[in-house]
Parts: sequence; structure tokens; C-alpha cells
Amino acid sequence: MKAQGKVFKYGDNVDTDVIIPARYLNITNYAELAAHCMEDIDKDFIRNVKKGDIIVANKNFGCGSSREHAPIVIKEAGVSCVIAETFARIFYRNAINIGLPIIECKAAAEGIEAGDEVEVDFDSGVIYNRTKGTQFQGQAFPEFMQRIISAGGLVNYINAQENA
Amino acid sequence: MGMTMTQKILAVHAGLDKVEAGQLIEADLDLVLGNDITTPVALKELEKMDKEGVFDREKIALVMDHFTPNKDIKSAENCKCVREFACREKIKNYFDVGQMGIEHALLPEKGLVVAGDVVIGADSHTCTYGALGAFSTGVGSTDMAAGMATGKAWFKVPSAIKFVLKGKPAKYISGKDIILHIIGMIGVDGALYKSMEFVGDGISYLSMDDRFTIANMAIEAGGKNGIFPVDGKAIRYMQEHSVREFAIYEADEDAVYDEVYEIDLSAMKPTVSFPHLPENTKTIDQVGDIPIQQVVIGSCTNGRLEDLRIAAEIMKGHKVAPGVRVIVIPATQQVYLDAIKEGYVQAFIESGAIVSTPTCGPCLGGHMGILASGERCVSTTNRNFVGRMGDVTSEIYLASPAVAAASAVTGKISCPCELEEA
Repeated sequence: MKAQGKVFKYGDNVDTDVIIPARYLNITNYAELAAHCMEDIDKDFIRNVKKGDIIVANKNFGCGSSREHAPIVIKEAGVSCVIAETFARIFYRNAINIGLPIIECKAAAEGIEAGDEVEVDFDSGVIYNRTKGTQFQGQAFPEFMQRIISAGGLVNYINAQENA
Repeated sequence: MGMTMTQKILAVHAGLDKVEAGQLIEADLDLVLGNDITTPVALKELEKMDKEGVFDREKIALVMDHFTPNKDIKSAENCKCVREFACREKIKNYFDVGQMGIEHALLPEKGLVVAGDVVIGADSHTCTYGALGAFSTGVGSTDMAAGMATGKAWFKVPSAIKFVLKGKPAKYISGKDIILHIIGMIGVDGALYKSMEFVGDGISYLSMDDRFTIANMAIEAGGKNGIFPVDGKAIRYMQEHSVREFAIYEADEDAVYDEVYEIDLSAMKPTVSFPHLPENTKTIDQVGDIPIQQVVIGSCTNGRLEDLRIAAEIMKGHKVAPGVRVIVIPATQQVYLDAIKEGYVQAFIESGAIVSTPTCGPCLGGHMGILASGERCVSTTNRNFVGRMGDVTSEIYLASPAVAAASAVTGKISCPCELEEA
């Protein structure tokens, strides 16, 4: 599986309150909710993001609240992958559980800029910056998490186990 | 190689003699928690599961505390869907307006969590129950759904950082100052994926409310959980609140820690986190002249009886400064009642503050005290992220109930000692 798209770049400690402000958490329709994705950190994001685009950030992406709405709106907005130096642990778990591909890679987080065209190969963990011609090796998931991801998220994984 | 406290609890719940950091395990759950924001998302996932019903209707707690009493129609619909689910599945611990309090104050008070438990909650501050010697951690809605259906969750066994708290806390030093100091020291990702184990002789001076506050904010350092040893105070608390049997686990002497920090509580000064990260701490003497427009005293971090006592004692006989709005939110109905009996509510109202029914409300910018552009708030809550309490240009300064109360009176961020001298 591969992702390819234009990069939206953010810094350290992008918290779930700026990914999706709590004032919108009463909205249950995910498409409607996604219209506010990244609103408090980047008002233009939702206007400019195209299907397949990639978010790159530095350390501790997704810190703060446990709201699963955060990876949900990123996925719903069309983002194909989030690359960061590190992820906050609840966001990391939630992304795996809902099937939003994420990759930890410090070098990529440092070497990719906003607007770059980037390719990600999830099987090998290789991240290729087409704009700059540079390549990075991201960290692959442990096998257990790969099984959840390839099942399409935690619910499908559990269903498959129950039916096995 | 020995195990940490957290590792021992996880090993027992995974049916293993031993676990080590990095190991992936599946653990049995003693309690699964959700609130009015995260449960509706979990119910959507639960519907997709082939398994019918919940694993144990007595081991699920649903607390309608965030946007309640409902702030708008959409929030009301969300609560309605959770209410109908709770009724259909006969969920024993469903807490609606009238019984509900802020979840992380409510569950220990109701005796639903005890030492040795493994608890997941679809709320990041679920780590609060580490104060009782339980392993508890925040998860998302899908994990909550899976937990409700199966009674199990997967975990990567965490490594740990040890914090040795030494000495008797200096005057005005509370659990909030201690945890803000720690977050300032190690950063908002300083304990990423790890346990924070608090030990040392200083713990004996900390009330249970102080310990709940410290464990509550482990997530603000990126921690998976925060945990305290179980001493006489913790045992008394559990005996007073719960009929459940508890299990005490101690870290092995040869348990391995990634880092060890020693903190002298007697040398600490009241600490404030500046916008827009909890790690941006300054001691009160470094704060300077910062006028404020709002004060919030409450939340799962600092809405317990002792927090209100400290604030009320400072505000009693003083008036709220002109131009400042002070919002006090007891965390539970019991805290509210006790605060009335003890005269704290009267002291707040006479000083010019308002006292609200329990709700998470302003902490996450829901309702009951949203900030306009450029406004500043001193808050006893846990996060000061951009836009957390309102407009993106508003500012939140995190502080203890003592500093918040003193600031309410002076109209700027202040040490309670300033009121002593006046």
C-alpha cells in the first residue's frame, strides 16, 4: 500500500484541540465535523487539502485529549498518511484502531517542507520526497499492530478473531 | 530484573508471571469508562461488532459530564443516545444530570476504582486513578467499544520514570504545583509512552486530593499512566468509599527505571503554566504583572473538596477584583453538598464568584465560561492549548486553587502570600 500527496507541515506538540476544537465535538456527522479539521492552527487547511495529501509534523503529534474525532477528521479530510517525529500515545492508538496510516520518522519530519510532494510505502516504511529527491526510512509497525491495520482497524480485527 | 508497580498490575491482568517493557499483552479490564463526547463514537463502533451486548454491565461506567446539563440540541441528542444504550444494556453505573459529577472525581468517590485495578477510559485523564494504586489509562472510542464488548484491551507494557518526592511541601504547595513543576522539568512529551511512578517520604504529606491531581496530569507529560504506592491514607480512602476488595502491588527493589528524579517539596514555590503548553512553567515570583479577566476553579484536576476549601479560605472576606469573572465548579454532587455544609459556597458567592453545577464545561471550551479574543484566564484545569477555552487569541494560565483564588481577588496572577501581607 502506498500514499502520495502534497505535504502540510506543522511543528511540535500539535494537540487534538487544534486538530478538532471541542466546540465542534457535539457534531456526530464525520463529514460535517471534518470541515473544522485543523481550524485553530491552520484556517486554510480544509480549503486546500486534497485527497491523498500528507501531514508532516515534528514531535508529540496529537497530544492532549483522547478524542478519536482527531484522527477521524484527518482521515475524513482525505489525508492519506501522517508522518511525525513522535506521536502522543492515545492518538497513536486511535489512528491504528480506525485505520489512519501513521509513521514515525525524525529525519523525514526534519527533511520535508510544506508543499513538497511525498510518497510513502507502508510495507517497507520508505518515505520518498519527490520534490527534493531525498529518501527516509520510517519505523515499521510491530507485527501485532500491522495485523490490526491490515484488518482495517480494531473492530474488524476483533470480528475476524471471534469468527475464526 | 524486577517489575515496576504498573508492570506487576498488568502481568496479573494478562495472566502472566512476568512482563517486561515493550511486550504486547492483552489484559482483562476491571472497568471501562466513557463520557458524553466519546461514548457516542464508541457506540457507532460497537454496532459494527459481531458480538452482541456488553461483557459485564457492572464494569462499565458512562458519565454525562462534558457538555451537560446539555448546552445545545446536538449535545442533548448525544446524551440521549447514550442514555438509551445504558437503559437497553442495563448499565449499572450510568450517571446522568442529578447523579453525575466530573468522571475522574466521581468514580473514586463512588468506589468504582480500587488499588490493583486495570481501567481504561475514553478520556485522557483516566490516568487519575493511579492515585489509588490502580493502572488506569486514557484510550479512544474504538478501544472503549472493544473493551465494552470483550472486557479486554491490548497494551504495550510501558517502561517507567521514577519521581522521588522528598520532604514536607512548603506553604501553599499543593499537588498541582508539584505536577506542574514536573511537567515543566521533563516537558509535555517527557514521559511519552511511559509510566510515571511517584514514591518517596514526601507522599505521606500529600492528601488523596493532591495525589489525584498529580496522577491526573500524567498525560500532560505524555505519560501512559501515573501511579502512587498504596499507603494508609489510600487504604482509608478506599475503605470509606468502596466495598470492593483491593490488591496492593509494590515495585520490586530491582525494578528498572529509564530515569529517576528527586524533587524537594520543601523548596518548591507555587507554579504557573503559561500559554500555550503545560510545560511553560514559571514560579510565582517570576510571573510579573499579568492582569486577568476570568478565573476557573474546578475540573477533574482541581474540583475536589480540598481544592474548594483552599480557594474559599483565601477568598473569604475578600471581594473579587473589578473586571474579573470567577467561576467555581464543584466536581461532584457530593463535593457540592459538602462545600455548602462547610460554608465554602457562601464564601465564594459573598466574594462575587459564581458556583456552578458539576460539569467539565469551560475546561475544554464547552460552555460555562468561554473566553473572548485576547482575554486571560487563571484556571485550575489541566490544559492551556491554543483555543482550549475559547477564542484562539485567549490565554490560559494553569495554576493551583490557591493561586487562582488569590488572583481572583487581586485581578492579576498572584501568590496567596500577597493577601497575607495586605
